[in-house]
Amino acid sequence: MAEFLTLREAVARYVKAGDRVALEGFTHLIPFAAGHEIIRQAVTDLTLIRMTPDLIYDQMIGCGCAAKLVFSWGGNPGVGSLHRLRDAVERDWPRPLQVEEHSHAAMAHAYAAGAAGMPCAILRAYVGSDLPGVNPNIRTVTCPFTGEPLAAVPALRMETTIIHAQKADRDGNVLISGIVGVQKEAVLAAEHAVVTVEEVVDDLGVTSPNAVVLPSWSLDAIAVVPGGARPSYAHGYYRRDNAFYTEWDAIARDRDRFRRWIDAEVMTAPAHATAYPS
Amino acid sequence: MDRRRSDDRARARHGVPVVTYTPAEMMTVAAARALANDDICFVGIGLPSAACNLARLTHAPRLRLLYESGTLDTKPRVLPLSIGDGELCETALCTVPVVEMFQYWLQGGRVTVGFLGGAQVDRYGNLNSTVVGAYRRPKVRLPGSGGATEIATHCHRIFIVMRHGVRAFVETLDFLTSMGHGRTGTERRALGVRTEGPALIVTDLCTMRPHPDTREFEVASLHPGVTAADVRERTAWAVRFRGDAGETPPPRGEELEALRDLQDRTRRAHGGSHVDE
Repeated sequence: MAEFLTLREAVARYVKAGDRVALEGFTHLIPFAAGHEIIRQAVTDLTLIRMTPDLIYDQMIGCGCAAKLVFSWGGNPGVGSLHRLRDAVERDWPRPLQVEEHSHAAMAHAYAAGAAGMPCAILRAYVGSDLPGVNPNIRTVTCPFTGEPLAAVPALRMETTIIHAQKADRDGNVLISGIVGVQKEAVLAAEHAVVTVEEVVDDLGVTSPNAVVLPSWSLDAIAVVPGGARPSYAHGYYRRDNAFYTEWDAIARDRDRFRRWIDAEVMTAPAHATAYPS
Repeated sequence: MDRRRSDDRARARHGVPVVTYTPAEMMTVAAARALANDDICFVGIGLPSAACNLARLTHAPRLRLLYESGTLDTKPRVLPLSIGDGELCETALCTVPVVEMFQYWLQGGRVTVGFLGGAQVDRYGNLNSTVVGAYRRPKVRLPGSGGATEIATHCHRIFIVMRHGVRAFVETLDFLTSMGHGRTGTERRALGVRTEGPALIVTDLCTMRPHPDTREFEVASLHPGVTAADVRERTAWAVRFRGDAGETPPPRGEELEALRDLQDRTRRAHGGSHVDE
């Protein structure tokens, strides 16, 4: 059963040094506030898992939270590079970063395999690519029925997955709508799941029986964090701050400017980190 | 840009038809023309997205656009900055989970055209979007595959759109992220991939098509004002020209108007931020 905690308590309880952690959200509903709380609590040696590291992992990598990154597309969408990720890979700053690199198709399948309790995912992938040569976790199996060689990647499993969602009801059931990405798979592949939500409501207001709802009993903790996905967005609440994504390029390009930005924008905990739902 | 616009206005004042355009506009228009009304297209961000939406707004109104964030049949009013902008979801027929997108719709063979770009392409249409330099200690760490590796093999055919330059049109890729016709032009078929692979490259200088036997990309048409020497100078391999290579038809007025309207709307929507043209 999901328990309502403050963001600070949820991160302290479920994100420990050395853990494998996924903060998911495919462009939409990226749990930025939770990532910032991990930075404030100075959790280190994490294996960070995310299809698109995006600005949130750029910030966490730049702050030295990560020992390893598992990913499939590491850019600033429509803008260019993630400069903190590049600095870590190209120049070991602020610390060396081990990289396990996949394609989107393989990572999505690997989350689904994790959710399904399978040891690996099997798909038709990586044909002719150099990626299997640099990632020993990309292997080949033979279909026992047709003899076709197929790609296999290990299921993604993690100690904790954190996602952001639009709303929870008072029993702790959570509704996600819009671009739903791999959030459900990432939650079900994890030992523990933490959700930050825009608001708590009496009734989720679900109008379709096919809505993406995570039952309270599939989650561990919920923290109410309005705006917790900014500068990403929450469908129905606020839009993606595309101008900030563009500005990030210049902020992240320079180590000192990056540090100043983190000090000013992240290190002082905002009120929502310590607030309980009303 | 500003000079182009003022040239346009000056010509318009003198009753001369507006026919000026940039090489980037020629590239986007030529790429858009390659899409048919009955295509189902998996769209990458940046140049491909501009070309696909231009096609939808001009000659191919029934063109179906899919973005890897799970949006099916989306009709964005402005170009998205990311593949997951809210605009894509709000204007889509429906939005499916990302796993389903890759498993059923892409791997299941439902997509007719994949539109890709990259940092490097070679003469067989193989693409690198992973690293410049050595993988373990790269000179430039690029974003990586994203959807591209499987888009390249699962879509019925692939169109590539990239700016022409010697660092992009290389003799040998630093890393093969997404297979075109393979390192020697034979691997795609030898590996049993049944889809057609790269059928067209559009650049700001020319269009290129693969030789039917060797699969080596050759110049199929030069954009107006571009010479064969320009293409040779900006291609790192010894590029060949088709015997029938002619001139790419220049952008028509309605194509330019639709493209510029789209980009103006996009610029306003993204708070003046840079958008690929």
